[in-house]
Amino acid sequence: MSATTRRHFRAEKFDFSSFFFTGLTGLATLLILAILAVILGNILINGWQGFTWHFVSTIPKKNFFDINTTGVLPMIVGTTIRVFVMTIFVVPIGVITAIYLTEYAPNNSLITKFIRAAVNNLAGVPSIVFGLFGLGFFINFIGKHMDAMLQNPSAVWGQPALIWAALTLAVMTMPVVIVATEESLKAIPPGLREASLALGATKLETILRVVLPQALPGIMTGGILAVSRAAGEVAPILFTGVAYYMASLPHRVTDQFMDLGYHVFVLSTQSPNIEQTRPILYATVVVLLLLTFALNLVAIIIRARVRKKLRALG
Amino acid sequence: MGIRRGHQARPVEWLAEKFIFLVSLTAIVMVFLIFLFVAREALPLFFGETNTALVQKPIPTADIDKLTPAQLQKYLELTPEQFAAMDKDTLKSLMDVKQEAQDEIPEEFRHDPDANINTTEWRYLLLPHQWNHYEKPEYIWQPVGQIQKYNIIPLLVGTLKTTLIGLLFAVPLSVGAAIYVSQMARPKMREIIKPTIELLSGIPSVVVGFFALLVMATVLQKIFGYQTRLNAFVAGIALGFAVIPVIFSIAEDALTSVPRAYTQAALALGASRWQTAWQIVLPAALPGVFAASVLGFGRAIGETMIVLMVCSASVMSWSIFDSARSITTTIAAEMAEAVSGGPHYRVLFMLGSLLFAATFVSNMIAGAVIQRFKLKLEGKR
Repeated sequence: MSATTRRHFRAEKFDFSSFFFTGLTGLATLLILAILAVILGNILINGWQGFTWHFVSTIPKKNFFDINTTGVLPMIVGTTIRVFVMTIFVVPIGVITAIYLTEYAPNNSLITKFIRAAVNNLAGVPSIVFGLFGLGFFINFIGKHMDAMLQNPSAVWGQPALIWAALTLAVMTMPVVIVATEESLKAIPPGLREASLALGATKLETILRVVLPQALPGIMTGGILAVSRAAGEVAPILFTGVAYYMASLPHRVTDQFMDLGYHVFVLSTQSPNIEQTRPILYATVVVLLLLTFALNLVAIIIRARVRKKLRALG
Repeated sequence: MGIRRGHQARPVEWLAEKFIFLVSLTAIVMVFLIFLFVAREALPLFFGETNTALVQKPIPTADIDKLTPAQLQKYLELTPEQFAAMDKDTLKSLMDVKQEAQDEIPEEFRHDPDANINTTEWRYLLLPHQWNHYEKPEYIWQPVGQIQKYNIIPLLVGTLKTTLIGLLFAVPLSVGAAIYVSQMARPKMREIIKPTIELLSGIPSVVVGFFALLVMATVLQKIFGYQTRLNAFVAGIALGFAVIPVIFSIAEDALTSVPRAYTQAALALGASRWQTAWQIVLPAALPGVFAASVLGFGRAIGETMIVLMVCSASVMSWSIFDSARSITTTIAAEMAEAVSGGPHYRVLFMLGSLLFAATFVSNMIAGAVIQRFKLKLEGKR
């Protein structure tokens, strides 16, 4: 709003309803910010002391409710690995889909509409349904058939495992990568592509050498957002790979794993004495939040830059 | 004739384009597979192939030759693949096992009318039934014990209760905040507030559940003074926390995308800023705000961990201060103990398909509304 209009309003007589409703919506905003502040503040204040190097680097014994010997190393490792394996699958597929949608897809063709609708729907499917899907498709269908083909005497692939959890998460986070990549691809000025084509580069060369390097920040944002979303998700891995307790770290992709988010769930619902486990619980939540928030913050900053670029173009 | 566009003249380009196209179909394939495989595991339930009746008339093992393979397979509750893989001796021993199981049923259940019924029939899934020792017909979800009760109505009520509380809490707050941020706040403020609120969506739902369980439940009980500490009300408010960033973000986008000319015209005619926001911008963006709420609904109905941690007893009650068990919670809590391929497993997958269908429809509606809204603002309709 320009300065002249603002001055104009100040000259008018005091408008009560305007003041009242502006205040009301402002209050709503404030309340949401307060909720965020209270959650984060409460967790940080209560969890900060428990967050020590010893806690982060210890593999706990079977009874992980004991504050002196407990640690979260296997959970950090498990969460990191499952998320890393997930990125290997989701980033290429997501980026290629986004490239198709922005660079190749004919506008408004039926198939483009279908792909977009599918991506939108995938983004809205409840996470627990992904868990069911992982169990029904990856474990009970693909895993069982792999076991039968390899003639394994006991189930190796047809049981919950790291790889199945990672694949389930990859399906779940595909829309995140696609949307973020598409956004950044659209932010690249068409002139750049035209210049490259005019200089004799083919379309593929243009995409690989000109478009993709430009879109790299956006692709990274997509990857990071997917990772931070997946790192905190528990429901999809409940039946596809997470373990209540494991004495050692996972070695193979067919091993089960321990997980930070699931550990928070276990600690807060299955503790024999909630007052005693409270410090452990808070410290675990701090670790989980640090992991997801650090990633989120980076993604938000990069995305804000991409958006600014986009707005400048439009 | 004449010059072809560069990428069509070369085989590598052609191959790359086809490859990219094929990979981009993954999203469609996945949606299709999700539906197929979740529904597939529930299919026997729809065809009435599951049977939970405790007392069944045993067939003597000697009569094995009198049965057709199809009858035998159904009697032994095997899948076609399992059945095909077994030889006659295995089948005979399975029949012996079945006979023994029937013999071992405690005497008290032999004369229980409930032991003779198949509780996975639709009338027991959806309608109230007067169970033995109960005074009146009731809706009961109780998948453990000798007689398993699979009435899904308490779960639907539980889902509805928590979801509606969550939406009643989240929609006014987030739409109000969206109006403030997009219309009232200064651009500088907007750049700070919007990402901050979106940060809320970065809090994993298990952390929100943990916070609700340890902190919120106690505080809310002190304020409202109700009996049960963990109830649908607490779960609903916590769900609201998870839904706020979704609704806020989409509603704010819709409000911001209303053309500036609308606002400027209203202000030029002497409307106050609030009048402009309330009477011009909000009605113009209403489809977007509606779509935001529908997407919020989809998010709330599918949220698992929050409700799982805060409350989980399946009681049939419409009171918001009673406990509630939602569909997602039931699946998450019981899948581990359900026997793969058994009736319980089938019912849980049926609930999963139901959930998938509900969110699929709400997504479709929201998507269509947003699409129309965009076209309208661009002046194409």
